[in-house]
Amino acid sequence: MPQKENLGIVETQFFTFAQPPHEMVLESGVKFGPITIAYETYGTLNQNKSNAILVFHSLSTDAHAAGFHAGAKNPGWWNDLIGPGKALDTNKYYIISSNVIGSCKGSTGPASVNPKTGKPYELSFPMITVGDMVKAQKHLLDHLGVKKVLSVIGGSMGGLQALLWAVNYPDIVASVIAIATNTRQTAQQIAFHEVGRQAIISDPDWQKGDYHGKTIPAKGLALARMIGHITYMSDQSMDEKFGRKLIAKERVGFDFSQDFEVENYLKYRGDSFVQRFDANCYLYLSKALDYFDLAKGGELAKAFKNVRSNFLVIAFTSDWLYPAYQSKEMVKALKANDIDVSYVEVKSSYGHDAFLVEVEGESHLISHFLSRIAKENLK
Amino acid sequence: MTNPSPEIFRLDHKNIFDWIESNSRVLDLGCGDGELLSHLIEHKAVKGTGVEIDEAAIYKCIARGLTVSHGNIDTGLDDYSTKRFDYVILNESLQQMLHPQRVILEALRVGKKVIVGIPNFCHWRARVQIFFRGKVPVTKELPFEWYDTPNLRFLSLKDFRRFCRVNDITILGQKNIALNQRILLKPNVFARIGLFLLQKSSS
Repeated sequence: MPQKENLGIVETQFFTFAQPPHEMVLESGVKFGPITIAYETYGTLNQNKSNAILVFHSLSTDAHAAGFHAGAKNPGWWNDLIGPGKALDTNKYYIISSNVIGSCKGSTGPASVNPKTGKPYELSFPMITVGDMVKAQKHLLDHLGVKKVLSVIGGSMGGLQALLWAVNYPDIVASVIAIATNTRQTAQQIAFHEVGRQAIISDPDWQKGDYHGKTIPAKGLALARMIGHITYMSDQSMDEKFGRKLIAKERVGFDFSQDFEVENYLKYRGDSFVQRFDANCYLYLSKALDYFDLAKGGELAKAFKNVRSNFLVIAFTSDWLYPAYQSKEMVKALKANDIDVSYVEVKSSYGHDAFLVEVEGESHLISHFLSRIAKENLK
Repeated sequence: MTNPSPEIFRLDHKNIFDWIESNSRVLDLGCGDGELLSHLIEHKAVKGTGVEIDEAAIYKCIARGLTVSHGNIDTGLDDYSTKRFDYVILNESLQQMLHPQRVILEALRVGKKVIVGIPNFCHWRARVQIFFRGKVPVTKELPFEWYDTPNLRFLSLKDFRRFCRVNDITILGQKNIALNQRILLKPNVFARIGLFLLQKSSS
């Protein structure tokens, strides 16, 4: 086995397109531009431009998937999987990690400045969909001169993007690795998103989204994140991590102050999220998720009719936000179309977060799957 | 292009391998670590896929570059359309199923031919243990005690032939194995494993 190493210093890059009058048409029909997409690349594009892999992130993360930003202590969010000798081996593959339209992490989103007014878009930003994210990423791929990709990979919201890439661009995508994801957002997922949105909207500081340069709706956004965090963990992982441990006290306080470690943890998670994420962006991205239904209300198998990619579908036993049965439905629909699909249900107690935590299993599955895809496609 | 015949150590695998025609489509239900499928893909250029319940075995299959689904065979066939495969293999898995009849009939729906491999519960050693020692048999092919066996079904080769007759299944071939050799005489007594090549009678 090759030595696993970390990438060194990496930088986020930016690509701007859809300058008026050549705006991009969004799924809603609205014409919108200019659009900037933040992205990072790792490894080298080979001479045939045939070794590219697209990586997509989840709702609250960004294009910085691996390596270190100058001066940063922590690496990118999937550093365990991306780097020399790792599953997404940068000695072999050219990894493109793309941010999404609507994000507050360098791409054009509700917190970006509208060049026409010189002020942030806020709620004048158009509603976006996962389809719009993918369409914007296709512009990025064209810009990079990549005509085919070996694989599109993502977990959670990133998985939705990966699936849509295979459906919308069947000739481009050789394989899909869909992790802890599904083909349509379910009522439960929409419900959790809506509670998060209501937490933001009912914060008096939200001001119908017009809070830039004023007090931000920190309480609402923190609360949305706390709810989100509960859905990312599992009953077992929370109990193992916190149990009934008290916060630096011998006994409960018999008042409404915080008693338990888990309360403290959620508060910390909520507060730190506020420092790095925009409330309006949370509203827009969670709505984009809600709109996602690959079958568009019809039969799922039909949605995959034109797909020609090979698939690796990974689910986690304790993930109750994107339960394994939803991955199995996906696999069944893929098989109905005679699509080459492998499915693995990884035993894990980490809930939805498992896709960021279960590094060893994922590395094994992804590296071997990609080796096969590379062998079949890299001549 | 098929490669020259491989070295296959397991006689059951060797016999199944010999039954399967080159370039066919194969589904291995309970494919284990994917050894047989790998042989078939490499040497007979089959288009093969497997279903396996054990996570560690699935990891080995993926490492071999196989296309496999992690799951229960009792329900694993629902995903496939009719006559999707030339062969469906059920080797050493039938005896562990909750609904063997349904699974075999389903296998005959999705596959043109079905290969079944079963341990013979009425092998003479098993008979001796029951008859003289008065205990439930523990043999090489059935190495478990009654309290820890994964096997839910106990049948003989004769039982299986009867099952086929009753269910309108044609037995196109039968091979009987004991301790890595073929058994030609009185298989229901001397064979430890029976392999059957099946087809739905009406088709």
